[in-house]
Amino acid sequence: MEGIVGYGASIPRYRIKVEEIAKVWGGDASNYKKGLLIEEKSVPSPDQDTISMSVEASKNALKRARINPREIGAVYIGSESHPYAVKPSGTVLAEAIGATPDVHTADFEFACKAGTEGMFVALILVKAGEIKYGLAVGADTSQGAPGDALEYTAAAGAAAFIFGREEVIAEVLYTYSYTTDTPDFWRREYQYYPQHGGRFTGDPAYFKHIVGAAKGIMEKSGLKPSDFNYVIFHQPNGKFPFRVGEMLGFEKKQIEPGWLVNKLGNTYSGSSPLGLTATLDISKPGDLILIVSFGSGAGSDAFVFRVTERIGEVRNLAPKTRELLEKNRCYLDYGTYAKFRQKIKKAS
Amino acid sequence: MRDVAVIGVGMTKWGELWERSLRQIFVETALVALDDAGVDRIDSLIVGSMSSGLFIGQEHLASLLADYLGQTPVPAARVESACASGGLALRMGFIEVASGMADIVLVGGVEKMTDVNGHEATYALGTAGDQEYECFHGITFPGLYALIARAHMEKYGTTREQLAMVAVKNHDNGSLNPLAQFPFKITVDSVLNSVLVADPLRILDCSPITDGAAALILCPVEMAKKLKKPIIKIAGSGQATDTIALSSRKDITWLESTYQAAKKAYTMAGKKPEDIDIVEVHDCFTIAEICVTEALGLVEKGMGGKAVEEGLTTLQGKIPVNASGGLKAKGHPVGATGVAQAVEIVEQLREEAGPRQVKAARVGLTQNMGGSGGSTVVHIFERG
Repeated sequence: MEGIVGYGASIPRYRIKVEEIAKVWGGDASNYKKGLLIEEKSVPSPDQDTISMSVEASKNALKRARINPREIGAVYIGSESHPYAVKPSGTVLAEAIGATPDVHTADFEFACKAGTEGMFVALILVKAGEIKYGLAVGADTSQGAPGDALEYTAAAGAAAFIFGREEVIAEVLYTYSYTTDTPDFWRREYQYYPQHGGRFTGDPAYFKHIVGAAKGIMEKSGLKPSDFNYVIFHQPNGKFPFRVGEMLGFEKKQIEPGWLVNKLGNTYSGSSPLGLTATLDISKPGDLILIVSFGSGAGSDAFVFRVTERIGEVRNLAPKTRELLEKNRCYLDYGTYAKFRQKIKKAS
Repeated sequence: MRDVAVIGVGMTKWGELWERSLRQIFVETALVALDDAGVDRIDSLIVGSMSSGLFIGQEHLASLLADYLGQTPVPAARVESACASGGLALRMGFIEVASGMADIVLVGGVEKMTDVNGHEATYALGTAGDQEYECFHGITFPGLYALIARAHMEKYGTTREQLAMVAVKNHDNGSLNPLAQFPFKITVDSVLNSVLVADPLRILDCSPITDGAAALILCPVEMAKKLKKPIIKIAGSGQATDTIALSSRKDITWLESTYQAAKKAYTMAGKKPEDIDIVEVHDCFTIAEICVTEALGLVEKGMGGKAVEEGLTTLQGKIPVNASGGLKAKGHPVGATGVAQAVEIVEQLREEAGPRQVKAARVGLTQNMGGSGGSTVVHIFERG
């Protein structure tokens, strides 16, 4: 059965704490920490971008998959921070891992859902028998405008998944997508920072679509919340995944292993995919995992995975996600962060 | 002048009505009022809306709403007096019927505030202040009312807890109003620990941003007598102005426009403050309710905070204030607020207010205020 044959993560080592951002903008740090359940977020270094993080995550996925990269027939990166407006990210990745030239490549964009979009297409091409392996990455170096509430969460990270038919470590049992035209968050061409609809991003956007997709896939599969060992929801802040979990009847302990946002921030297209890598890191054969992404605009993709015996053989072949999150952290002050994120205008 | 009665009231659920547009909200609410009155025509439409231009980019509102209500070619006018636009619409409708210019007048109030983000809404609301002497210097309404609160605390010893008690009391009442935006209770602790907005005011001291509408049908009392309904007469109407800029006032803890408008309304109605059984006041911030009860003469100057603490303004108190939940719990779609206050008083005087019914209420008062008190409209209603 088709499924994941290798997975990998990439998280920058730089961090900034909520207090450091709040100090600059006169914000109430304790209120943000309590309200958003977030303590710090990752920050990409000046040399890190969606492409370089995608390469690192994909190399980790290849270490676990132990396949010949030339056999990868599709390379997809989902992101809302592709370094180029015109020129693909995926070609750099395909070249860097040695998958060129007989490979299909595409960049996806759908706010925070672009990662699972690439995963869906790669999986379906494998299922259709068109390709042997398909690589899909969700990656972002997301931007929040200085002083905006988004600045406390907009973070960087990538997760990569290689789909195949043999030696899978997690079979895909079901997929389901739920989409409407809901303008809750957007960034127009030539704009540097996204805009959002404030409270409108909650009930009519995040909650409606995640609940719609989760209920849809449970109806399709005949599964109920208690059947799953783990569940991963998109993590724009710490609170939303727990609230939507409660609405759907999931328990905290099902969510916690894949809940990274308090220390990682919102990695947008990498958010729920990174939660999946952290969950695979600790899962056992036979475990059922549900993942539901969310992208503004708006839509959710849901997948049901069943972990196989092979997980034990591969999980130690590359760095685990929580190790990346917890080791070698380097804290930035706001000035250095502003420089890294190119928030300071210099003379040309 | 002819005596004027309210023969129909309409109110629909308030809140973040993202699925509906201003015209839909207004028409749905106006139809409730028309059904309640049982009339098949209107002679005129007056609508209060503070800033449909900034909130949804739509001016020429009165004709649009007359059209969508299927009432063209009736004359229709939109009136504006910042957050007192609804109260002013009622006064204009009252004058039109009293003067004999029209028999059946639909008075509506509407605001659609959640189509813009928080900054844009704050800007739109800020236009009720003095642009050159207040807004250009960076202050917004929470800041202005925070100044009033701080001065009241200094001058009269009003406490932070007393401010919180206003919000708690209004949420208690709002929890009994299914059409309220926030129909639930809160505690003094939750107010004191909520996010600081402008010291000393916290988020739970502030009325929310709301989408909503309210509507009334007015006609001459003589015509109303033919209907089989309790006659709720508009016994008094008063309107007054004060400096828009807070800095131009002698005493920022005193709402002179409210005092003057109330004086006119009391005189017209032949009533005194002690004759009033129930009031709906403009609690855009908790401190506002305290200052308003003083300016209306319901409590002594400086004693507004103490009155709340002593429970005088609860549903069972000596003078129940904001049985509807007030702006704090019911919501504050600015142009609709003044009309909704009248809806509540009419329902109370008809004894149709359900679990929040105030016992033996025969005379009620509404006080609707623009900006930080630059305008006030007061109405007194009496059950005939």
